[in-house]
Amino acid sequence: MATVDIHKQADVHHHDDHDHEHGHGNFWTNYIFSQDHKVIAKQFLITGMFWALIGGTMSVLFRLQLGFPDADLGWLRPFLGEWITPQGKIDTEFYLALVTMHGTIMVFFVLTAGLSGTFSNFLIPLQVGARDMASGFMNMLSYWFFFLSGVIMFISIFLSTGPASGGWTVYPPLSALPQAMSGSGLGMTLWLVAMALFIVSSLLGGINYITTVINLRTKGMSFSRLPLTIWAFFFTAIIGLLSFPVLFAAALLLIFDRSFGTSFYLSDIYINGEALPNEGGSPILFQHLFWFLGHPEVYIVILPSLGITSEIIATNSRKPIFGYKAMVGSLLFITILSFVVWAHHMFVTGMNPFLGSIFTLLTLIIAVPSAVKIFNYVTTLWKGNIIFTSAMLFSIGLVSFFLSGGITGIFLGNSAVDIQLHDTYFVVAHFHLVMGAASFFGMLAGVYHWFPKMFGRMMDERLGKIHFWFSFVGVYLVFFPMHYIGIAGFPRRYYSWTNFETFNSFADLNMLVSVAAILTLSAQFIFIFNFFYSMFRGKQAPANPWKANSLEWTTPRNPGHGNWPGEIPTVYRWPYDYSKPGAKDDYIPQTVPYSETPESNLPHENDLIKLEMEDNNAIVVDKKH
Amino acid sequence: MSLIIGLGVVLVLFILYMIFRIGNLVGLVKGKNEEEHAGNDLHGYLFMAFVVLGLAFFGWYSYAHFDSYTLPVASEHGELTDSLFWITMGITIVAFGVISIVMFWFTYRYRYNANRKATFYPDSHKLEIVWTVIPAIVLALLIFRGLRVWNDITSPASEEAEVVELIGQQFAWTARYPGVKDQQLGEINYKLIDAVNEFGLDLTDKNTFDDFKSLELHLPKGKEILLKIRAKDVLHSVFLPHFRVKMDAVPGMYTNFKFVATKSTEDMRAETGNPDFNYEMACTEICGKGHFSMRFLVVVHEPEDFEKWKAAQEPWLKQNPEYLAKVPSALREVAMIKSGIPIESTAGASATTQTVSISN
Repeated sequence: MATVDIHKQADVHHHDDHDHEHGHGNFWTNYIFSQDHKVIAKQFLITGMFWALIGGTMSVLFRLQLGFPDADLGWLRPFLGEWITPQGKIDTEFYLALVTMHGTIMVFFVLTAGLSGTFSNFLIPLQVGARDMASGFMNMLSYWFFFLSGVIMFISIFLSTGPASGGWTVYPPLSALPQAMSGSGLGMTLWLVAMALFIVSSLLGGINYITTVINLRTKGMSFSRLPLTIWAFFFTAIIGLLSFPVLFAAALLLIFDRSFGTSFYLSDIYINGEALPNEGGSPILFQHLFWFLGHPEVYIVILPSLGITSEIIATNSRKPIFGYKAMVGSLLFITILSFVVWAHHMFVTGMNPFLGSIFTLLTLIIAVPSAVKIFNYVTTLWKGNIIFTSAMLFSIGLVSFFLSGGITGIFLGNSAVDIQLHDTYFVVAHFHLVMGAASFFGMLAGVYHWFPKMFGRMMDERLGKIHFWFSFVGVYLVFFPMHYIGIAGFPRRYYSWTNFETFNSFADLNMLVSVAAILTLSAQFIFIFNFFYSMFRGKQAPANPWKANSLEWTTPRNPGHGNWPGEIPTVYRWPYDYSKPGAKDDYIPQTVPYSETPESNLPHENDLIKLEMEDNNAIVVDKKH
Repeated sequence: MSLIIGLGVVLVLFILYMIFRIGNLVGLVKGKNEEEHAGNDLHGYLFMAFVVLGLAFFGWYSYAHFDSYTLPVASEHGELTDSLFWITMGITIVAFGVISIVMFWFTYRYRYNANRKATFYPDSHKLEIVWTVIPAIVLALLIFRGLRVWNDITSPASEEAEVVELIGQQFAWTARYPGVKDQQLGEINYKLIDAVNEFGLDLTDKNTFDDFKSLELHLPKGKEILLKIRAKDVLHSVFLPHFRVKMDAVPGMYTNFKFVATKSTEDMRAETGNPDFNYEMACTEICGKGHFSMRFLVVVHEPEDFEKWKAAQEPWLKQNPEYLAKVPSALREVAMIKSGIPIESTAGASATTQTVSISN
């Protein structure tokens, strides 16, 4: 009953109407250094969108080089200065800087902070029935560490030696030796500092998410009644908490190697006419440490999107999500397995081949829970009554990407097949579909779905649908042709392939990819317009526009700090009672007790009515104290 | 000029915005009369059209352009990995096609209809078990086949394998052969590397004397080849696309890859009908600004031609006779014999006391 007590105390402060809520603080405490999880979520979202634009623009820049290798890019000189050579080409080292920053920004700043930061923050308290995060202050710190990390990364883009350029995986010795490439100088230092701050932010956020889910669930919100979004955020936070510190260690050792003359990753190096004194280190050690985070990281990126999608697909199919327990079980299984598959990124790095066998086995096992999730999504659609809201379209798009990107993982996870495909465009196609585009679509779906609760207004659905079709077709046109290019052996991170007879083809496909990339990026401006326009001029949203069951839709149109003006509602059922036989509406919110729905209760649910009564007594007893 | 373009863009954006506003106002006026979820059907149709057209295009391109995206295979293990690749492809395409069609069919078939209610169908243990077990079995088959091939590929090379050392550096490859006299690669030490001694040959080891350098990778057909790979500065990766070979080059350690080439360069020219065909080697681990330019020409000979080619190469020491000074005096004569340096000529060439004492 401890939770009830906490809520009662909190109630005292939150009895007033939400409209007066903002009167409590000034501009700074309400919008900048706010401790309200909803405001922090919006801060993460808007920062994430800013980074997504930068990351997306960078990808278009290097796609210009790849799709139109003969074009004169001199017109970019006003923006890029010396990075455009006198011949009007992108500088080869700057090309690598673009590739590196695109990866870093998209993986960490957009799809980790922008996604988890937004939706874990926004939805966990609202969906478990809490006034706020366990620690609002730590939550605020989490954002500001992320912000600071972003500032440092942003500054690094403008260095004359360029930002980090050794690939987003920053493998040493390339990243450790400034003499190997100019981006490994100050740019790399700032990258490491920014990532260290990012990890701090991630840990502060993750601890909060886990604590809130475990401790601050409202009365009746047992784990088996949690929406799948919360399960996904919960597992994501656990993965982050266990794996990010390993990246921190890897980065720290790299800092030592770079600045203090240690030899963790360096050995037997002769560069620029000089034999370095470092001996006994191993570059492969870094790869193990990096991928010990790096692989769980792809699940940190995709799981929240899968959670969001589960919620949206169930709501808009007007059906319960199929196989709730299997969905939770597969999330759990993926979480556990995500820690023991990292070395499939390293089959041909010189790692002991026996390890390759083990990691092949473990990697392909992870396809099973992933497949179960897809089957369950498809079965949820079956005999549904599907409403194509923008959020629903993006969720269906996600499932499609997760499928087409996921099955190519079966090739890459098999070490023997990976020999040929490793570091080719096949890999680029694979991970962009399965974790890039899929999680990005999950994020967009989430924005469309929860925008009404975030800003009290509706986004324009027509623009949302146009945005979807351009993005959906665009993403496929960008990444599907890359499979062919990859099967043909084209290596990734190549500035041009014309040095090789073997790779001197596919100019047509590369041009198609680049054009599609430009179109896809352009389509995102429809979204940005829609987002900011609707924030101020959108139709006023009803409290529950999608007729959804979960708790956040029981809050007022503009929930204030504290979320519910009165008491926090009690939960009596799971969040997926859609189209229940016998019920008059096609949805029954979680707050409706079984005792009020005798017409639709299943036999075992009638037995729960008695328990509900007992629970109510418990509250009465509690209030006497 | 750019001002006009800029103004044009602004104008187009403004027009789009006006269309959007007018559409909104019209929607407000008409709004009350519209039925719920109007226009919902459209997306069902579009999804159906997408999956049909998409799969048709996928099938057509894959079939019509098969030769342009598949590289002919020229190694023994490459046949195995290719067959595993195509088996996986067959299985996944069936799964991909069926699931895609079913999913988009559902979105079309079960699109919103005001007169229908969705079926409450929260779970089915039977279904869950079926689609957990079936993928598990299929994956198990792929795993076992994959591991057999992987174990073959990564098993130790035989004693008779033709050893070649490949060295990656920014931004070029070099190859070192063990030499025809001792068939052994000599010792190296990275601290001995200088502008001429680019391998870092340790000339106190007599196996270095007949080692020779090559700026092309020459290989015999039909004989096991063992690549011993290292890097001088940063990570690189050896990629021989036609042989399905890839292995990183790591500073501070050797990595290995063994394989058997099954087609000589001439065979391949005949097979592809391209008289200019050449095998190539590329770098596939990001290594700096010249990463994309690390091309290394590969030539596969008939075994007898390969032996002839090897015999015709000059040992590194013969090309750089001044390094005789680094050879311990006791070994100097061996060095001259093994590397093929004529004994008289060096006596004249470098008049150090040591060389004189040898010729005495």
